[in-house]
Amino acid sequence: MTSVSIRDLTLKFGSLEVLKSLNIDIDEGEFLVLLGPSGCGKSTLLNCIAGLLDISDGQIFIGGKNVTWSEPSERGIGMVFQSYALYPQMSVEGNLAFGLKNARMPKDEIAKRIARAAEVLQIEPLLQRKPAQLSGGQRQRVAIGRALVRDVDVFLFDEPLSNLDAKLRAELRVEIKRLHHRLKNTMIYVTHDQIEALTLADRIAIMRSGIIQQLDTPNEIYNRPVNLYVAGFMGSPGMNFIEGEISGAGDSIFSFASTQIPLARYPFVQEDPPKKVIFGIRPEHVTCGTAAADEPFIVDVEIEVVEPMGADTLVWSVLDGKEFRFRVDGQSQLHPGQMIRIGFDPAKASIFDAATELRL
Amino acid sequence: MADVISHDTAGAAPLNRTRLLEGPQGAKPKRAISPRNIFIYGTLLLVSIYYLLPLYVMIVTSLKGMPEIRLGNIFAPPVEITFEPWVKAWATACTGLNCDGLSRGFWNSVRITIPSVILSIAIASVNGYALANWRFKGADVFFTILIFGAFIPYQVMLYPIVILLRELGIYGTLWGLILVHTIFGMPILTLLFRNYFTTVPEELFKAARVDGAGFWGIYFKIMLPMSLPIFVVAMIIQITGIWNDFLFGVVYTKPDVYPMTVQLNNIVNSVQGVKEYNVNMAATIITGLVPLFIYFISGKLFVRGIAAGAVKG
Repeated sequence: MTSVSIRDLTLKFGSLEVLKSLNIDIDEGEFLVLLGPSGCGKSTLLNCIAGLLDISDGQIFIGGKNVTWSEPSERGIGMVFQSYALYPQMSVEGNLAFGLKNARMPKDEIAKRIARAAEVLQIEPLLQRKPAQLSGGQRQRVAIGRALVRDVDVFLFDEPLSNLDAKLRAELRVEIKRLHHRLKNTMIYVTHDQIEALTLADRIAIMRSGIIQQLDTPNEIYNRPVNLYVAGFMGSPGMNFIEGEISGAGDSIFSFASTQIPLARYPFVQEDPPKKVIFGIRPEHVTCGTAAADEPFIVDVEIEVVEPMGADTLVWSVLDGKEFRFRVDGQSQLHPGQMIRIGFDPAKASIFDAATELRL
Repeated sequence: MADVISHDTAGAAPLNRTRLLEGPQGAKPKRAISPRNIFIYGTLLLVSIYYLLPLYVMIVTSLKGMPEIRLGNIFAPPVEITFEPWVKAWATACTGLNCDGLSRGFWNSVRITIPSVILSIAIASVNGYALANWRFKGADVFFTILIFGAFIPYQVMLYPIVILLRELGIYGTLWGLILVHTIFGMPILTLLFRNYFTTVPEELFKAARVDGAGFWGIYFKIMLPMSLPIFVVAMIIQITGIWNDFLFGVVYTKPDVYPMTVQLNNIVNSVQGVKEYNVNMAATIITGLVPLFIYFISGKLFVRGIAAGAVKG
């Protein structure tokens, strides 16, 4: 069943179109992540869904109800903000009760709901404290609790982990995922962090200047990006891109400079590919040393820079005049200037039309 | 160096290190008497004397009897301390036909200041909140007009307001003056509150809307409890400003309801009879006591308010 539907949603500030005719369907219990660089409109879209921004055109449905003109409190949504936005003068209990009091709920029902939310989030000992006396992680839990007590259908997260340090962020990421498994609510989550997106999402919507580029599972987006932008945005370190030409009709070959890569195993989505293309391969899909021998494509490269990162090591090399990165095991002993044999399977590559930047 | 134990690296071999016994080490010593200190404290002392001397003269003179004043030594402390001038200034000094001293003006001023302060702050805080958080259509135009109002000289508006008050039937009454003070307090106070409310994180406002609070709900339950400091600042600005006002008081009221400042002027500037310097000094100090008291108990907040209103605007 569809939980949230967005139909032709358009938002204009004056003559500037911030969101352009967006259509999204989100299933009940789904975890959707809106991912994109800052200024791409992802937070704006979330604010539109929440009803905090009036839209210019289109419709929004939540739980089968048309909420296009409804107040935020009538939409059955709860929102968690980047700064948590806890009311500083109220205790944790007051923060949780605020929305319920506004809805004129009886006192014993409020107490019951707070007790349940506090139990789920393990914040019972904190109920009488003020937000200033809480740590970042605790504040975030209270912010989630504020959505939880209102018994909403949809949780909206607006970059909730961006204010935390790396370690706490990793911990709370897991906690949000655990919470989602337990509550099974629909969740829409805005972030610019691709690790958060890949780890949390059932589906990811990658946005760029008000348009959704690709809306798919993390696996599809990672392995089969629909265009050059998505391919470049996902993955860190980013995909290697090489400009070149395709020749040959049946078993085509990608060639640049003096290198030729056979594309027999590459699953083209288009029958008749254009001549000028961009060939992309992820650093982690490249093997090196003796393991490379089994790969369909093998080449020798000169190592330029070695970046050890603990678990693995990133190697910057030169492949026939082009910069080429690949990832090797963290224990390998490589040195700049050394020649090394690498190989990869072109079936794992992504090839884009150089003109339209779309996947071929 | 066997007795020096290194705490830097646990388990590592003790570092072989030693300090130079000569030359600078540790905290840098501070000299109590340096050219810099002499200059700073000297200047402060000089400026303090410059500002406090008139106050000293006023207090000393107000405690002297007239024969002693006629000796002409204004800096000399009183030989015979008398509180007679203070009593006279408060209770029996004459202005026009009334001979009940400043007490009448004092109570008039209280009755003008309190409603004006409450009314102007109540309206301006809602104005500022609406301008900062609810971006309604025409908000920018409204704000520009309001700020522009702060730059129009009062003199231009004196007479039109006289006509306005006359038509409303409250010319010469306390409520007429209260209305004038409320209106003229609007630009600066609205600016003050708007600037303060824009510093409240927007997400807090959004969260309250998601929680179902409306315009007044957010104002009373979220914004008000968070903005006590700025309310105190607004109160200081308004209390001192309205208490010290002379122009509006003299233009828009009649002798019965003259505020204290107008009455003080009438006492000090009365042309008939002997100039009673001691009574004049006492009357002036009494009039200035309220703002002085406010400044003393809230000096820090006042400075903060000036900075918030003037610099950021």
